[in-house]
Amino acid sequence: MKKDGVILNCGKLFKSYRMGTTKIEVLRGVDLELERGGFTAIVGSSGSGKSTLLHILGGLDKPDEGAVEFEGRKLNDFGGRELDKFRNKKVGFIFQFYHLLDELSILENVFLPAMISVGFWGWISGRRVLKKRAGALLEQVGLGHRITHKPFQLSGGERQRAAIARALMNKPEIVLADEPTGNLDSATGNDILGVFQKLHKAGQTILMVTHDERIARKASRIVKLQDGKIKDEGG
Amino acid sequence: MYKFILPFRYMFKKRISYLALLTVVLCVFIVVVVMTVMAGLVEDFKQKNHSFVGDCVLGTESLVGFGYYEDFMRELASREFVQSVTPVIRSYGLINVKGSRQSRGVEIIGIEPVGYSRTTGFGEDVYYHRRDVANVFVPSYNPELPGCVPGIDLVLERNSRGEYSPPDSPWRLGLAISSFPLTPKGALSKAGLGLVNTRTFYYSDHSRSGLATIDSSAVFLPFDESQKLCGMDRPIKRTSFLYIKFQEGTGLSEGCGKVRSMWSKYVSAGSGRPAGYLLETVAVQSWKQNRRSFIAAMEKEQTIMTMMFILVGITTVFIVFVVFYMIVSHKSKDIGIFKSVGASGGDILQIYSIFAFFVGFLGSVFGSLFGWLFLRYINDIEAWLYGRFGFQLWDRSIYAIGEIPNRLESGLLLVIMASAIFACLLGAYLPSRKGSKLRPVQTLQVNQL
Ligand SMILES: Nc1ncnc2c1ncn2[C@@H]1O[C@H](COP(=O)(O)OP(=O)(O)OP(=O)(O)O)[C@@H](O)[C@H]1O
Ligand SMILES: [Mg+2]
Repeated sequence: MKKDGVILNCGKLFKSYRMGTTKIEVLRGVDLELERGGFTAIVGSSGSGKSTLLHILGGLDKPDEGAVEFEGRKLNDFGGRELDKFRNKKVGFIFQFYHLLDELSILENVFLPAMISVGFWGWISGRRVLKKRAGALLEQVGLGHRITHKPFQLSGGERQRAAIARALMNKPEIVLADEPTGNLDSATGNDILGVFQKLHKAGQTILMVTHDERIARKASRIVKLQDGKIKDEGG
Repeated sequence: MYKFILPFRYMFKKRISYLALLTVVLCVFIVVVVMTVMAGLVEDFKQKNHSFVGDCVLGTESLVGFGYYEDFMRELASREFVQSVTPVIRSYGLINVKGSRQSRGVEIIGIEPVGYSRTTGFGEDVYYHRRDVANVFVPSYNPELPGCVPGIDLVLERNSRGEYSPPDSPWRLGLAISSFPLTPKGALSKAGLGLVNTRTFYYSDHSRSGLATIDSSAVFLPFDESQKLCGMDRPIKRTSFLYIKFQEGTGLSEGCGKVRSMWSKYVSAGSGRPAGYLLETVAVQSWKQNRRSFIAAMEKEQTIMTMMFILVGITTVFIVFVVFYMIVSHKSKDIGIFKSVGASGGDILQIYSIFAFFVGFLGSVFGSLFGWLFLRYINDIEAWLYGRFGFQLWDRSIYAIGEIPNRLESGLLLVIMASAIFACLLGAYLPSRKGSKLRPVQTLQVNQL
């Protein structure tokens, strides 16, 4: 695996929402390149389109215009199955609102992506290893003692950490995190950032969205989303 | 393929899944029980009508009857497809319990007991002579007297549980039966004071056909006696009907068709005989056609009932559908989560369909099982209810049924089970297809499809 080079990039991304007769233009020509192994933070005020951009980059939504390229291939050219595989194996998505399945335990939530990717027989034969891995990931985010609990029994920060473990389950090429600290107090937020920094050190590519400049400073690169465009870069 | 594991891991942790299962069980149970009982009642009624006349009826509703039947009977009996054939006189008269002043109308059914019980279910309907139908018209208290077999309701009362309590042997009861004998032209054959023929017959047995009209107002008499009573013995011997039973394996319409063509040949061969015109009034009917007017009323009732149960069935299917629609659409966000971690649209459909099939299947199995158990003991349950609370589903003093029918039809059961499973699948399929077609963010943003 080469350490350098562009892993994910997009050019001239446009996205608007239509509300009756009014058109909300959220993204108006976003250009962005992400280096492999980089830890990038996107900042921007609330409603500036950060989540929208992240969803498009992660293949969860489609732009009106423009294209997203992953390792040089356009997501638009991906077939349905390929796109599913992309979401399953290449991207680890962490949502602003966790989005865990309420009925499954934390451990089950974490190994769900692996279950999907290995298939029935793969699961039958490899489930011990995979469960172990899920357990280890939960250990890593500090939830080793809560694996049998249900999401509703966890605090917001703990749920976010479970969501991080899930995102890492299939060893993704890139982690896309939408406000991973948005709903947390600063101490818990720092814990999570610590996890991210550790991952970054281990070579994980991370793209994180936040509206908090202070948190963004922990990243190695900061981009600002303003008026539907990437305004300036720093870090 | 994780889809086989996931429905169980994921769906059966939702309480609503068990409610859905319970709904399916209840719905299947209700439909199975009600349909079985209803279908059983109608089937039972048809069976009784069939048993009453045999397979095929040749004859006329005219009270004059028709002649030259004996030759034709012999001809029929010699045919391979005919198992038995018997002449039956059906006419009307008055009945008067000897010594009382009350007379009432009665249907006279003149039969040859042996042939008649071979052709119809009569041998099973009588009480004292079930093993000895040949002597059904021989009163045990005096074998010399002419016997008669009245419908059971003419001689016995039944209690509210629908039970009769006949004594060990018939008591001596004389019934004066009168009839107006008619000439072949349909005129009264006697003028003046002796307008009617009256003869006293003695209660030798009673018949319980299960057909309300027969049991309450018909009396069976020996064929020869009723022929005389109704004036059908002169100038040529006449009968009203020939009841025919086909050999095993002969189709109803096939057999009736053969009889019909034989009859038309017979009629044209013998044209010009005295009173031969009576043969023109004769029709050949299957038992279904012959009992049409009786069955029709029941069938009308059945049609209404069937309509009601189709409505119940549709409602049931709809309830199951709605439950599933709710389960899936209510948590459409889950579909978005599945997709965002890499599940395909097909995976989503399969997860929910497997779940729906499983619930539908399990629900129908348990529903049928409970239905079967309930039906098996329905008569005991009814008896218990009656003993305990005096409550009876079907008042036996009105309905001529002994037991509530409870024979489960496997075909019906399959249809019910299949519809239940189908409803589950459809209810799960529609919203999950909708969810699987959307982009993940779209399902994640809305709470309900
Ligand atoms: N499905 C939708 N329909 C209509 N408008 C939408 C939809 N989704 C997002 N928007 C609008 O697009 C704009 C950008 O939304 P987005 O969620 O990307 O903002 P954000 O930068 O993530 O904000 P926050 O920091 O509050 O999470 C907002 O004005 C929002 O109202
Ligand atoms: Mg957002």
